Amino acid sequence: MSFINYSSREINCKIVYYGPGLCGKTTNLQYIYSKTNPEAKGKMISLETGTERTLLFDFLPISLGEIRGFKTRFHLFTVPGQVFYDASRKLILKGVDGVVFVADSQVERLDANIESFESLVNNLKEHGEDLEKLPFVIQYNKRDLPNAVDLSYLEEVFNPRGVQSFEAVAPTGQGVFDTLKAVAKQVLVELKRGDRQKTP
Amino acid sequence: MNTQTVLFEEDSKRLSQACLNLQQEAYARAVFLLDKDGQLLANEGEIDGLDTTSLASLTAGNIAATGGLAKLLGEKEFPVQVHEGDKESIHISLIGERLILVILFDQRSSLGLIRLKLKHAYQDILEISQDIFDKPKEEMKSVFSEITDDDIDDFFGLD
Repeated sequence: MSFINYSSREINCKIVYYGPGLCGKTTNLQYIYSKTNPEAKGKMISLETGTERTLLFDFLPISLGEIRGFKTRFHLFTVPGQVFYDASRKLILKGVDGVVFVADSQVERLDANIESFESLVNNLKEHGEDLEKLPFVIQYNKRDLPNAVDLSYLEEVFNPRGVQSFEAVAPTGQGVFDTLKAVAKQVLVELKRGDRQKTP
Repeated sequence: MNTQTVLFEEDSKRLSQACLNLQQEAYARAVFLLDKDGQLLANEGEIDGLDTTSLASLTAGNIAATGGLAKLLGEKEFPVQVHEGDKESIHISLIGERLILVILFDQRSSLGLIRLKLKHAYQDILEISQDIFDKPKEEMKSVFSEITDDDIDDFFGLD
C-alpha cells in the first residue's frame, strides 16, 4: 500500500508486474532501468536462480518527478513466473497499489497466460484485494514474433472489461514506458480518489 | 481496511529520535525502521554509502518469506532474525503487526547488548507507531485533496 512521508515530502507506491514464466516481466524492468536517468533510479535488484529465472522478485525504485512538492516514487516489482513459485508470488502482491499483467503473445503460451491470470486474481483475493478495483493495465508482449496471436483474440480472452492495454516488444522498449505511465497514472488517480476499500 | 502508511513530520521526528537513542545505546552501526511493505520510515547511524531503499525492500521480502515459512510450520510469525557475518551483522525484529526494526552492528557491539537495548526501546517505538497508524483517515487524505486531475495529467505529460 502507498506510503506518504510528509517529513521527506515523498509519495511511494508499489507496482507489480505479473505474468507467466518467460513472458518478459524482468525485461520490462531492465529496459526501464537502462533508459532512466541515474538520479531518478535506485539499484535494480534481481533475486534469480542460477539459470536467470526470477526466484523471489526483481525490484527497481524509480522517481517520476514531483507533484505539488511531493517527490513521487514507484517501487516496481516482478514476480517469479514459473507455476512452482506461487507462494513467492503471493508474498510480492501484498500491499500492491497497481498491477501490470504481462501476457506472452505466442500461441503456445496462451494456456500459461490464462493460468497466470487466474492465479493473479486468486492471490489478490487472499490479500483481500479485487483486481477489478485495483489500478490495472495489460501488456501484450512479444508482438514481433511470427507466432503471435491476433490482438483482437487476446483482448477477448484477457480484457473483457476493456482496461488499458498495450502492445509491446520489451527488449526494444516498444510499449514499455506507455505501460508504466498508464498504470502509474491510474495509481495516482486512485490515491486521489482514496475510496478503494478492501473486500473481506 | 486501508493499510496506507502516512508519516507526518512530528511522528517522523519521534521515530527518528527513538531509533537514534537505540543506535547510540546499543553501539550499533545503524538502525532502520520500515513497514512490512518495505517503505523506510526512519534510519539513523552510519548510513553513508548504504543503499537504504534496497535494504528496506529486501528486508521486507525476507520477513514476508520467513512469515510464509512460519505459517507452514503452524507458527504465527518468527519475530526475530539474526544474520551474522564476518564483520557486519543484522538483527531484524518485528515491532507490533506492521513494522520491522533492522539493527546493523559490528564488533563495537554484541548480540547480547543489541537484545538488551532493544527490549528497552521496543515499547517506545511500538507506542509511536500505534499513534501513526491510529491517525484518523480524514487527516491522511489531505495531501491528495490538494492534487488536481490536471496536476496528474501534467505529471505524465513530461517525458
